[in-house]
Amino acid sequence: MGEFRVHRVRFFNYVPSGIRCVAYNNQSNRLAVSRTDGTVEIYNLSANYFQEKFFPGHESRATEALCWAKGHRLFSAGLNGEIIEYDLQALNIKYSMDAFGGPIWSMTASPGGSQLLIGCEDGSVKLFQITSDKIQFERNFDRQKSRILSLSWHPSGTHIAAGSIDYISVFDVKSGSAAHKMMVDRRYMGVSKRKCIIWGVAFLSDGTVISVDSAGKVQFWDSATGTLVKSHLISNADVQSIAVSDQEDSFVVGTAEGTVFHFQLVSVTSNSNEKQWVRTKPFQHHTHDVRTVAHSPTALISGGTDTHLVIRPLMEKVEVKNYDAALRKITFPHRRLISCSKKRQLLLFQFAHHLELWRLGSTVATGKNGDILPLSKNADHLLQLKTKGPENIICSSISPCGSWIAYSTASRFFLYRLSYEHDNVSLQRVPKMPAFLRSALQILFSEDSAKLFVASNQGSLHIIQLSEGHFKHLHTFQPPSGTVESMCLLAVSPDGSWLAASGTSAGVHIYSLKQLKPHCTVPAYNFPVTALAIAPNTNNLVIAHSDQQVFEYSIPDKQYTEWSRTIQKQGFHHLWLQRDTPITHISFHPKRPMHILLHDAYMFCIIDKSLPLPNDKTLLYNPLSLANESDGARRRTAHAFKISKKYKPLLFMELLDERTLVAVERPLDDIIAQLPPPIKKKKFGT
Amino acid sequence: MEEEESLRVVRCGGSELNFRRAVFSADSKYIFCVSGDFVKVYSTATEECVHILHGHSKLVTGVQPNPNNHLQLYSCSLDGTIKLWDYLDGILIKTFVVGHKLHALFTVAHAEDSVFVTINKEKPDVFQLVSVKLPKSSSQEIEAKEVSFVLDYINQSPKCIAFGNEGEYVAAARDFYLSVYFFKKKTTSRFTLSSSKNKKHAKNDFTCVACHPKEDCIASGHRDGKIRLWRNFDDDKKYTYTCLHWHHDMVMDLAFSVTGTSLLSGGRESVLVEWRDATEKNKEFLPRLGATIEHISVSPAGDLFCTSHSDNKIIVIHRNLEASAIIQGLVKDRNIFTGLLIDPRTSALVLNGKPGHLQFYSLQSDKQLYNLDIIQQEYINDSDLIQIELTKAAFDCQGNWLATVEQRQEKETELELQMKLWAYNKKTQGFVLNTRVGMPHEDHITALCFCKAEKSENPTLVTASKDGHFKVWILTDDSDIYRKAFGWTCDFVGSYHKYQATNCCFSEDGSLLAVSFEEIVTIWDSETWELKCTFCQRAGKIRHLCFGRLTCSKYLLGATENDFLCCWNLLSCELEWSTKLNVKVMETDPNSENIAAIAQSSVGSDLFVFKPSEPRPLYIQKTISREEVHWGVFVPRDVPESFTSEAYQWLNRSQFYFLTKSQSLLTFSAKSPEEKLTPTSKQLLAEESLPTTPFYFILGKHRQQQDETLNDSSGNELVQLPLTENIPAISELLHTPAHVLPSASFLCSMFINSLLLSKETKSAEEIPDDVDMEEERKSDDSDEENDFTEKIQDTDTIDLGEDILHQLSKSEEKELRKLRKVDYSWIAAL
Repeated sequence: MGEFRVHRVRFFNYVPSGIRCVAYNNQSNRLAVSRTDGTVEIYNLSANYFQEKFFPGHESRATEALCWAKGHRLFSAGLNGEIIEYDLQALNIKYSMDAFGGPIWSMTASPGGSQLLIGCEDGSVKLFQITSDKIQFERNFDRQKSRILSLSWHPSGTHIAAGSIDYISVFDVKSGSAAHKMMVDRRYMGVSKRKCIIWGVAFLSDGTVISVDSAGKVQFWDSATGTLVKSHLISNADVQSIAVSDQEDSFVVGTAEGTVFHFQLVSVTSNSNEKQWVRTKPFQHHTHDVRTVAHSPTALISGGTDTHLVIRPLMEKVEVKNYDAALRKITFPHRRLISCSKKRQLLLFQFAHHLELWRLGSTVATGKNGDILPLSKNADHLLQLKTKGPENIICSSISPCGSWIAYSTASRFFLYRLSYEHDNVSLQRVPKMPAFLRSALQILFSEDSAKLFVASNQGSLHIIQLSEGHFKHLHTFQPPSGTVESMCLLAVSPDGSWLAASGTSAGVHIYSLKQLKPHCTVPAYNFPVTALAIAPNTNNLVIAHSDQQVFEYSIPDKQYTEWSRTIQKQGFHHLWLQRDTPITHISFHPKRPMHILLHDAYMFCIIDKSLPLPNDKTLLYNPLSLANESDGARRRTAHAFKISKKYKPLLFMELLDERTLVAVERPLDDIIAQLPPPIKKKKFGT
Repeated sequence: MEEEESLRVVRCGGSELNFRRAVFSADSKYIFCVSGDFVKVYSTATEECVHILHGHSKLVTGVQPNPNNHLQLYSCSLDGTIKLWDYLDGILIKTFVVGHKLHALFTVAHAEDSVFVTINKEKPDVFQLVSVKLPKSSSQEIEAKEVSFVLDYINQSPKCIAFGNEGEYVAAARDFYLSVYFFKKKTTSRFTLSSSKNKKHAKNDFTCVACHPKEDCIASGHRDGKIRLWRNFDDDKKYTYTCLHWHHDMVMDLAFSVTGTSLLSGGRESVLVEWRDATEKNKEFLPRLGATIEHISVSPAGDLFCTSHSDNKIIVIHRNLEASAIIQGLVKDRNIFTGLLIDPRTSALVLNGKPGHLQFYSLQSDKQLYNLDIIQQEYINDSDLIQIELTKAAFDCQGNWLATVEQRQEKETELELQMKLWAYNKKTQGFVLNTRVGMPHEDHITALCFCKAEKSENPTLVTASKDGHFKVWILTDDSDIYRKAFGWTCDFVGSYHKYQATNCCFSEDGSLLAVSFEEIVTIWDSETWELKCTFCQRAGKIRHLCFGRLTCSKYLLGATENDFLCCWNLLSCELEWSTKLNVKVMETDPNSENIAAIAQSSVGSDLFVFKPSEPRPLYIQKTISREEVHWGVFVPRDVPESFTSEAYQWLNRSQFYFLTKSQSLLTFSAKSPEEKLTPTSKQLLAEESLPTTPFYFILGKHRQQQDETLNDSSGNELVQLPLTENIPAISELLHTPAHVLPSASFLCSMFINSLLLSKETKSAEEIPDDVDMEEERKSDDSDEENDFTEKIQDTDTIDLGEDILHQLSKSEEKELRKLRKVDYSWIAAL
């Protein structure tokens, strides 16, 4: 594996924003997640929970509700009073429409998917018709006294339940009038609270309405008579979210204490048909408020202020106890937020609204393996670059030479030139960006920093020539005819002759930069690409997929390499396939052509293609004691995968030179320390 | 009197009441609990023991009401039998001989004539649940060999087995497994707690299970304090459970209420928790129950709960969580430091009770009289805490003063010591703290004794301590301008060459004090506190020291750690005799010269009774107990026995009780086993289940028998004293509901009239116009009659006239003696 000097960077002060809504799409098995900064992410649950798409946030667009309609159409609504539809192909916002009801608190699509219902601050419930390319206002329901915080359709579509403050209304959809008004007890553990907020309602097909409220109650109502049937007091704090399974045999609620409770419909005795709702298991995977929950057929999904997305499979629904039966906790985005200038040892960190440029520290000391070397020069915060406007940064990059920085928001592209005088850095914005460079999904500099590659959200790839403070548009690769899919990942060969680009689902396209035309397309694979890189000298393209497969494709030969065929034939080690974070970065050692360096959030791996592949019987993770054993023993147990789990959670790892690595870690404790304090709970014995 | 059998060691009460769950009768009037070899029937209203069901020859391990007849009761025992009782009359109906050792018993209403028991077959730790078919037969003793296997690998404790949904399934838990057997489907589902495999110190193993009476729901308690509610357990895949967590320590027992709406749980916290609707947030507590809750049971009527506690107590609790009755046995769950003492006033046994308390335990009624809180601090139940221990206690000879010593040692050098002196208050009939002495000595107090001389006008107390001193404490006037008071102060401090004082003892007349300093015994004059003489045998440290009594008062006895028993003559100041004996307990009989010594040998403990004047023992009994005997005491008999045999004469005036290491209280009995087993209930074939109160003896059946004997003896056929039952007026009075009765003033005359003799009460109103001469004759008769009634009244009031006594049958005599033994002194105090 070789010894490296490692820069262990922990000053990337990244805090993901809290999760506000999740929406599960049963047809495509995808999960839409919106965060408090307005970002919307799409996770593909079939592809190892890979975050395949994302829509950047916007300061004024706090989403309060998110829903799927008509199969694959995704809508969100927020406190700015607008309903937004997202374009899942082009990865941008299709349109936004003001609902004219003040801030929108809740939104739900009809069971048929043709209508959209929103609940507004002014107490109005508005019905929209979903047309093929837009939505159209249809009518208002009877206006209520206070804001509508939650909405639910009866599965037949004839009635809706609307949760407000202190009461729940049941509307008849045909007439639009309130059929029942069910008042909720304000008392909390015998003490009268000022108000009882209905955070969530769910309408079951048998007419039962389940409500969750700020007094910590889960209540069952009979909508036909408007009476309370049963009440479960489950929490001292608010119960903030509810989600019912499609079969209506179980539902899940999330509380402000971070606990998720599972309720199941259980038969009272084995030989009777009488069934009752029973609170079964509590799950404490969150430290903060669980703002939202979802119920997929096989899993409970929850997210909240503590920024984790937790997917808890239901053991009784899982057929085989495999990898999918494990609990998933997704904290970090599955894309790179860090880029690195090898020449000047600079790191560029991307945050939601600014960029930070750091120079790595250096040391003159040497030591043994495992020693921590004292720094002779500390890491230096060179630059902080704030964006203009309310939009979040989509992507950013620093050139390998360190003299260019480029970033993009949803509507503007920025290019800066850096000049260094001793320790000072001066920054100069390159003016007059061309009109076609409006928004980029991915930015990449060539190895010699002379070219800039930009993947725009129209699916086209732009090549720009850079020279001392000037730039020149060289060429644009138009997307293959008929597709509008955007490219999200780019890789350029170190010799500057090949460019590889990959979208969210279709295969990897390879372009020849010499001839400026498409070269070939790597055969499509079922799972999305998570990382791409082209090896120096051989120009082999290494592709990592979300199902943890790694392919090596020879660009000049237009075919998979021999090594790739061998490993596909033999198969990867089962432990390798069971890792639960995708590979986010691949790089190569300049002096050792047989090595591939790659990492995910919990491990760093060097694949040595010259060594035999491990089979399922060999240890995949090398025990630490191996380093002390004799060379003979080491050689006997050696296999191609050298894995280090020392750095975690690992956000970025790159080879600076032959003997130096930089590893950027973001400990979870540091994130939690920056979150608002959770609800204080008395712990016994303290 | 009785033919003397060989002297046997018998258990004398104080047996565990908390060994198994107590069981309610169907009408909640009685509560049944196993207690050693017996089953005790208590009244839930009065806390009195109504019956003791004798019959098993080994430990009774389970008791269950007969589901088909709510007046009957099944019990099982390690002797391999299941017995069916009529608990109202205390009669054994049937005995079913199963053959195996039976460890627990379960009855199910729907399993017609079979019951379930746990047995262990080969290995000592492998238990099986089997069903036993009870054959129908009229004979008294029936073989029940038809045993069918139900479940294997279960826990010995019946708490880990529960039948649910009217006997459709049975749930059994052991370690980390919960097995559910369905009788209809004949299938077993087994659930394993996941963390048991991968966590080393997993503490979530099962401790108890309970089944919901109406729904398919099993509640299980765990060692980590969690309660799990299992549902859907008929499906291996879709089963699910909920957690309820309040207990911080092991859940000891669980019970559902009759309707299943609430779940009761208890544990070491001594708090009964009621979970309503099985929700975590909706719970009620009954705190401060005093000791760990071991068992919980619910009455079938649903109005009462009861909890058994580790301090040998059963609390009957109302549905609204109010304790309504406490049945307290001898508290046994702690180390006994004080030894066995006898309270001279009540002649109750006094020893360490619940933490920080002295318990007063009546040996006659096998019942705790009361607890005296000595330490007077809230007890915090935490195994890591070092508690204050009550280490010594002593009474003076009249029982007016009680001295106690408590200590707490956190570290080697930090000893907290306190001596308290308690005065008996006649008004409140209890002990009141008089003097508190902080740090009476620098080091542990090893012995504490009062001067027991009758004549001594001034009570004197001596304490001996490891710090090398003994101190003499006397009662002095502590009055000031505000009040008149007495208090204890130190009068004299003695020491001997800085040796540790290990024992102290006053002679019978109080003139001499013997204090042992390690190997040396010093004799002090109690008047002047001068050192009179010393004895030193160089035979190891003195372990026990006592003076002889009565005719042997010139002797001093000492038992040493090097297994020597020495007897010194105080007149000659010489060693009279010594013998090699490993004495563990040495006690003097207050009523005779006898001294009992219990020696430890390799096979057990041996008893030697001797007089100090002669080295040859009066009586020797080998291996009175297999284990070590820790304490012993002579209890004076209220009524002297009259054993003629020389060997038993030492038991005539006192009874000897001793306590073994496992805290079983034992004594000696010369009665034959059959005689001992004659229960009161057999003599009183009661048609009503009245407790045998004194009034019952005066008014009830007893009187009837007396009358008959009287009639027989006098041969006077003329007079037939009417039985109370036969008088229609009285029976009408007794059987009419109270709310329809006329006022008492109206009834009074009728009642009085009815008590008058019927034949002669043809009083003036009835036959006013009858012939005069007849009247004369009748007046004669009535005179005669009156004489006789007077005579009867005499016998009733003045404890039976002498002339009748000799005509009473033996059993009646016994009855009377028992009556007399019962302490009615409280009547005088009223």
